Amino acid sequence: MEAQVSKKLTLTQQCQRMVEYEVARIYDFFLRAPRSAQEFMLELQRESHIEYLTNGLNHLGPSFRVLDANRPWICYWILHSIALLGDSVDAELETRAIDFLNRCQDPDGGYGGGPGQLPHLATTYAAVNSLVTLGSHIALSSINRHKLYTFLLKTKQPSGGFRMHDQGEIDVRACYTAISVASILNILDDELVQNVGNYILSCQTFEGGIAGEPGSEAHGGYTFCGLATMILINEVHRLDLRSLVEWVVFRQAGLECGFQGRTNKLVDGCYSFWQGGVCSLLQRLSLDIDEQSVQPDAQEVGSSFDGLSTGAGTSQKVNFNDIGYEFIKKRPSSQPLFNSLALQQYILLCAQVPEGGLRDKPGKPKDYYHTCYCLSGLSLCQYSMSMEDSPPVPRAVTGPYSNLLEPIHPLYNVVFERSIEALDFFRGK
Amino acid sequence: MDSDDRIPLSERPEWSDVTPLPQDDGPNPIVAIAYKEDFAEVMNYFRAVYRADERSPRSLDLTAEAIAMNPGNYTVWHFRRLILEALNVNLHDELNFLDDIAESNTKNYQIWHHRRWVAQKLGTDASRKEIEFTKNILSLDSKNYHAWSHRQWVLQALGGWEDELDYCHELLEEDVFNNSAWNQRYFVITRSPLLGGLKAMRESEVSYTVEAILAHPENESSWRYLRGLYSGDTHSWITAPQVSSVCLKVLSGKRNFVFALSTLMNLLCHGFQPSQELRDAVDALRTPDDSPTDPDLANTVCLILERVDPIRVNYWLWKKSKLPQ
Repeated sequence: MEAQVSKKLTLTQQCQRMVEYEVARIYDFFLRAPRSAQEFMLELQRESHIEYLTNGLNHLGPSFRVLDANRPWICYWILHSIALLGDSVDAELETRAIDFLNRCQDPDGGYGGGPGQLPHLATTYAAVNSLVTLGSHIALSSINRHKLYTFLLKTKQPSGGFRMHDQGEIDVRACYTAISVASILNILDDELVQNVGNYILSCQTFEGGIAGEPGSEAHGGYTFCGLATMILINEVHRLDLRSLVEWVVFRQAGLECGFQGRTNKLVDGCYSFWQGGVCSLLQRLSLDIDEQSVQPDAQEVGSSFDGLSTGAGTSQKVNFNDIGYEFIKKRPSSQPLFNSLALQQYILLCAQVPEGGLRDKPGKPKDYYHTCYCLSGLSLCQYSMSMEDSPPVPRAVTGPYSNLLEPIHPLYNVVFERSIEALDFFRGK
Repeated sequence: MDSDDRIPLSERPEWSDVTPLPQDDGPNPIVAIAYKEDFAEVMNYFRAVYRADERSPRSLDLTAEAIAMNPGNYTVWHFRRLILEALNVNLHDELNFLDDIAESNTKNYQIWHHRRWVAQKLGTDASRKEIEFTKNILSLDSKNYHAWSHRQWVLQALGGWEDELDYCHELLEEDVFNNSAWNQRYFVITRSPLLGGLKAMRESEVSYTVEAILAHPENESSWRYLRGLYSGDTHSWITAPQVSSVCLKVLSGKRNFVFALSTLMNLLCHGFQPSQELRDAVDALRTPDDSPTDPDLANTVCLILERVDPIRVNYWLWKKSKLPQ
């Protein structure tokens, strides 16, 4: 022990200790607090969050100019958060939102970061998810699906990857945003799917997680994107799922209880969704992972994605547009692979700002991005032991049961009911 | 640029022929940003030249002003590339321009993408500068994801592999918990054309890693790297004496043994046959509260992990439930 203490701590250790100290202080304070104070601390401050969110829809200060090319994202972060909280915007706000997003829609398809900006895959995803969250026929009909399909084809690369925009960067985010949008809009076909699996596969690293580009480091955000993409294109069994599980469960920090994005990095509330989402997707695949574990080193297993296909090894046609539907019918194994109660504790006690909004970690400012992904992660936790269409048991929900959020569709990250309505709507198209 | 001494575009004679084009935000937009006047003006002029597709030196200057105010506007960067191509600008100057804005924007996708575009055009000549540049950024934040991606791209596209393994070593000496440096090390040993690939490097890398593990058994990075060295070769993984012996050493030390146990678990799941010594070392980690010795070592390993690694209790229970009964 003495030898350990006398050694000079590396930068990673120093930063880690500081966060642990800060989080431990909060948990300690919580444990010593009287019961009534504890109850308050664990309560999701719905009204404050709604107020913070609604303010953002109506007014953003001059410092937001650095997000001037991400305005559909701000829409999505806010609208999705409001929907998670079980609330919705009024008719006037909805009309304004549809009108604004329509101005971001490029005449040749896709959505840009603001009116008149080049169409971009990430903002296209944000705009489509925003409109799906609004959910009305007017909102859904405002998307030009045919032009959008043309835009997706233009961004597609022979390598299987996608470019974010004309001459833009190629990475796993681009694949996910393209495939997710195509899936929910019922325009996913063989041409879009061609080689995407090869590209994602080339990004799975020796650690088990998925990187942004081949060779880079395994990372929570890209791992969610890569895994969700592979499920949506019905090729998830080509991934080494066993090493993926092993990597992701170790991303939850023992003391802090939140998730980190990469090995030996600090926890951050937003990974409650990215890594929590990976766990929740894997939970639904867990039966399939077993199959993989009895055949070690099987890289291209022909095992079936039960109920969806008769096997990747056969040439049987799969209807890609059914996958978003069918996936959520798979009952998750009874227990989540991660520690749901611990993660809820981190989100509520460390990431929540009682005055409204959520954040990365104590000491960091709140923002709309973290509010969206902390709440999305919280929802995943609450439903991690049940199906989306039935209410969770009280012990699955940390804090008062009134903390319960709306469930999400884990492949798209939009509120469950809205996702089903949109899938139904576009199925008829 | 300080907004106080900035001359508005409307007062600059060289812009007098341009009519600024306001943003088509509609009468009552949501997520409207309260732009300051200077920002709104620059963007209005930008929209005008972008709409007119005016690929001129003044447009180039204007994109620099717009980028300084919001480096995340990919449309501005895209147009800037079109102008650079049209004007045949010296791209070394462009790299200098990027250097100036890099340090305050190290996590911006657009700047790095633009840098890659410029470096690609410059070709192998740019390799050394780019390697140096990323080194500078990494000296400020040794885990900067974009900097590492760029560096890997430079190595693969333009070369410069010579000192890369030494560089990884240097960073690991400084901070052996730096997972990005371990990842880069893996990248080098598997992809450098100067080395013989994973198999050829394995023996020396295993020794290097075992040493790192023994110095810090609580360091997940080195354990994962060790596993990576046997990627796609299960037989060697479960039969390598160095692997089981490092597990044994750490387990016998009875401290910081979670990764040793989880590695052992991984080995067992792949068909590894444990020695009696290893069984005894695991047995010694049991507490009186643990259930009696299980003939199946994997069961005992899971049992201990459930206790010493409680955050992952569900995972260890799940693993245990999947063991052949």
